[in-house]
Amino acid sequence: MNISEKILAKASGRKEVSPGEIVEATVDMAMINDITGPLAIEAFYKIGVKKVWENERIVMVLDHQVPADSAKSAELHKIMRKFAKEQDIRYFYDVGFGGVCHQVMVEKGHVRPGELIVGADSHTCTYGALGAFGTGIGSTEMAAVFATGKIWLKVPETIKFNVIGKFQRFVGAKDLILNIIGQIGADGATYKAMEFDGPTIKGMSVSDRLTICNMAVEAGAKTGIINPDETALAYVKNRTNKPINLLKSDEDAKYEKVIDVDVSLLEPQVACPSSVDNVKPVSEVEGTPIDQAFIGSCTNGRVEDLRLTAEIVKGKKIKKGVRLIVTPASHEVYLQALKEGLLRALAEAGACICSPTCGACFGGHMGLLADGETCISSSNRNFVGRMGSPKAQIFLASPATVAASALKGEITDPRRL
Amino acid sequence: MEVKGKAVIFGDNVNTDVIIPSKYLTSLDPNELARHAMEGLDPTFHLKAREGVIVAAGRNFGCGSSREQAPIALKYAGVKCVVAQSFARIFYRNAINIGLPVIECQAILEKTGEGDHLLINLASGEILNLTKNVKLQASKLPDFVLEIISAGGLIEHLKRRLEKSGKL
Repeated sequence: MNISEKILAKASGRKEVSPGEIVEATVDMAMINDITGPLAIEAFYKIGVKKVWENERIVMVLDHQVPADSAKSAELHKIMRKFAKEQDIRYFYDVGFGGVCHQVMVEKGHVRPGELIVGADSHTCTYGALGAFGTGIGSTEMAAVFATGKIWLKVPETIKFNVIGKFQRFVGAKDLILNIIGQIGADGATYKAMEFDGPTIKGMSVSDRLTICNMAVEAGAKTGIINPDETALAYVKNRTNKPINLLKSDEDAKYEKVIDVDVSLLEPQVACPSSVDNVKPVSEVEGTPIDQAFIGSCTNGRVEDLRLTAEIVKGKKIKKGVRLIVTPASHEVYLQALKEGLLRALAEAGACICSPTCGACFGGHMGLLADGETCISSSNRNFVGRMGSPKAQIFLASPATVAASALKGEITDPRRL
Repeated sequence: MEVKGKAVIFGDNVNTDVIIPSKYLTSLDPNELARHAMEGLDPTFHLKAREGVIVAAGRNFGCGSSREQAPIALKYAGVKCVVAQSFARIFYRNAINIGLPVIECQAILEKTGEGDHLLINLASGEILNLTKNVKLQASKLPDFVLEIISAGGLIEHLKRRLEKSGKL
């Protein structure tokens, strides 16, 4: 069996499962945020169960519209706080104590290898970076999980990506995943698991692995996953004392198909408006003028991304007429960037630094676009209207490409700087 | 279980951000969400949908966010069923869980025009285009999915299960 099959077998108390089977699985952790959570709470009350199945297995994060940008979002936050208190939810991350939910989940040790984690947010697939099976579900379904601790899931087919080669300077994980999505399309992995393997993946940091698994859902996947190794274990052991159940794909595991990818000649990649699979090498879009550049989101708002951005813009100035919005993905990231002097370097270059939130990426607040504007973003979606006006254009790229573009005021290959 | 209505046609990759833009997600009122259903593609959609319509679309319908507000907006706007060539996974589950029927039919766009009257049998997966007088076959929904839809959604379905087993 491959790792996804092993995790689903364990979660459903079975020795073996195979693709296509529907299993009833016991959930290890469940997560909601301020956009999906209030609906889940409403639905939970409708069921009529008094208490959640396990208060230590639920994580609640306020992240999409924080601090509250309107009286309406404040009401949603109030519903979340009340529920957390009433149900004695162990892990509730209020404004100022957490950040973007997926970053909080991994950095607070709520994601452990071998576990089945459901989140009421599509990017829950991020957790595969640490060898967990993470998948996004809706609010009503989450209410049922809160009541019973169980969920039905179809065991997915798995596509394996065998990645080899060494990246050129300023080319990395984001370029790889954009390239893969460009190859297989926005529905290329619908209902399937994407397993990433090969020497290039094995050599990657946890941050890079998170970026890759985060975007699996943009190809329609149920999860993105990487077999846990020393790198993943070192990260997890630093953040949790709970026992770890290490599951890995067997040597003879079955896959629907295996796709080989060599990154040695890969150029920086850009997903052009308005579809994540409309991916082109940067050379084809270089020179496109931009109004805004955004570094942040659950894809690329980690301290490694801020380091790269600071390295590129330090001592320089953002092009006049362009704004660079930077949103550290969590308070831990914010504090670390503060300690390392990254925020200062960014601010001195002219960046506007926001507190941790999904705001700009999600089209909520702090960095929205007007009619006719163009943004290059380190986030994960460039749908029409995603970041404000439906008449704005969004290009997705790596933090290095975004930072280089902010300096020049047009889409720029970071290797040319 | 039969549903009927006039077809409203959309293309491939209709994403959740255009089904219900994020700026409306602070509302928990399904009727308010309904007023903005499909606003990213057609701001007049909610007026058309009022009389009860069937959305016919291409591949990967509902891709993107896990926001359940997307199928809720469609259901309350008056959408009786979404027939698409394929669905994004989370949207598909969400729709079933809130009691909005969703079925897959490869030939739907070839054989259906805007405004055609459709009659769909959810149990058999048979789609009758009454305007063109043609019959199409969609994939059949698994029995447990039909059970959830006929209960009116997952919450009602779960309540019944818990009551039966004496847990409620």
